[in-house]
Amino acid sequence: MHPFSYERPKSAAQAVSAASRHTLAGKAPPSSPAQFIAGGTNMTDYMKLGVMQPDRLIDINRMQDAGLDNIVVSDQGIRFGALVRMAEAEEHPAIKSRYPVIAESLQLAASGQIRNMASLSGNILQRTRCEYFREISWSCNKRRPGSGCAAMEGFNRQHAVLGGSEDCIATYHGDFAQSLIALDASVDILGPNGPRHLPFSRLHRRPGKTPEIETDLAPDELVVAIHVPALSWAKRSHYLKIRDRQSYAFALASAAVVLDLEGDTVRDARIALGGVATVPWRSKEAEDALRNRTLDETAAEEAAVAAFADARPSKHNAFKVELGRRTLVRALFETRDMKV
Amino acid sequence: MECGSKTRASHFSRRNFITASASAAAAPWMFPRYATAEKSETAPMGEEPQAKVPTSLTVNKQPHRLALDPRTSLLDALRDEIGLTGTKKGCDHGQCGACTVLVNGMRVLSCMSFAVMNDGRDVTTIEGLESPSGELHPMQQAFIDHDAFQCGYCTSGQIMSAIGCVNEGHADSDADIREYMSGNLCRCAAYPNIVAAIRQARDATRKA
Repeated sequence: MHPFSYERPKSAAQAVSAASRHTLAGKAPPSSPAQFIAGGTNMTDYMKLGVMQPDRLIDINRMQDAGLDNIVVSDQGIRFGALVRMAEAEEHPAIKSRYPVIAESLQLAASGQIRNMASLSGNILQRTRCEYFREISWSCNKRRPGSGCAAMEGFNRQHAVLGGSEDCIATYHGDFAQSLIALDASVDILGPNGPRHLPFSRLHRRPGKTPEIETDLAPDELVVAIHVPALSWAKRSHYLKIRDRQSYAFALASAAVVLDLEGDTVRDARIALGGVATVPWRSKEAEDALRNRTLDETAAEEAAVAAFADARPSKHNAFKVELGRRTLVRALFETRDMKV
Repeated sequence: MECGSKTRASHFSRRNFITASASAAAAPWMFPRYATAEKSETAPMGEEPQAKVPTSLTVNKQPHRLALDPRTSLLDALRDEIGLTGTKKGCDHGQCGACTVLVNGMRVLSCMSFAVMNDGRDVTTIEGLESPSGELHPMQQAFIDHDAFQCGYCTSGQIMSAIGCVNEGHADSDADIREYMSGNLCRCAAYPNIVAAIRQARDATRKA
């Protein structure tokens, strides 16, 4: 492993200034010489593989600022401190009862051990598990800009069918992010020039011609909190995840669904899709197709078709279009049939 | 847990044999043990990339003061620095669960955490489970009773994870046990026996 020096700041401000001191102009955050580490479940993996080679590791687990490690559920919604662990959030009684899609997306995301370790802020910023990104001998525009994309002509069964570009089709594998984008979440960010607030939908960037730039964050900016605005009808919400094995695997396709029903009629809907896109993926097309309609098979299937209308499959992942549609249809019915 | 025997007073065990052979054969530089520097409250940092970082770990109630290359995983610190080889290295990438230990009572993957990040924390490994009088932990006994292993390589991780699973309150049904134990792989596929063992130990398990 590339050698690094280690630092353990006592506040978020210290962490940010530590990162600023080691930031180099022109480096995208993932290749910055200074990296934050919280749970470490993604970072240690990529450091062992040589994908990430920070010179300076900033351990943010001991930051003492108030609110970094707790969850507040109020009439305004939910505030998650950045250092809350996945397991704590999924076990929170008010989240389980009022925002089940969040609890389910966390619970299905990883093993019990990893959920005890991984922070929520690290989870949303996790990097892709594209095989060609992980193995440093392959060309990869995300890891080595301009080197090409081995996945295009390679084995691309797990790759994205939505949001890709000619330079990158790496899937965003997170589950929690799908419930956040469906619920119009936002993040608090602390940087060298102070705090800022960003809609979650603008945190991740599609690869386009710069797949090495994955988020809107600067290398010395730190996510300190995640907000989910109150939504009374989020009680009727659900996360369905389809995998190669029953548990502890990334999604081949998943759906986060939130429904506001009057009888069988959809007043409003929130839909996000996982395992099929390069970034957390909100499908307003599917939401539009459902609004003011009776949620029957015809409506659900039309919504699913609309969700994947722009899909661009590669050689081995065309099955994800049909699987993604069926996943959404099933998720819609399971959400409709919830007893709330 | 040698050969399923409850008493562990055998004069010649596989573990003793390996330890003895290794110490006889290994050059001292293979298993360095660094002298510990005085730990500073305020500057637990390595300023130079390869500077050793002073790190205190309490492992199975024993305090250890180490000076570590920050690249050392908690797993490697336990095995190579402290000499507790019961915790196993499987994939070393968080995919198999063989390295599971408890940190401050929570089950975690020791391969996915740098040891320096665990400064000041309490670690429990498989070696720390038996009672002071030498009785096996109910989960260890249940694994023996149900033959919940074959080659045994994943077993210490399975047992530590099973204790975490029960402590977290997720062992009510077989389906829950299977879901919440899904991070521990067993190539010998002893899964039905592992589920049976956890079911037995569920009520008897004390907080480890």
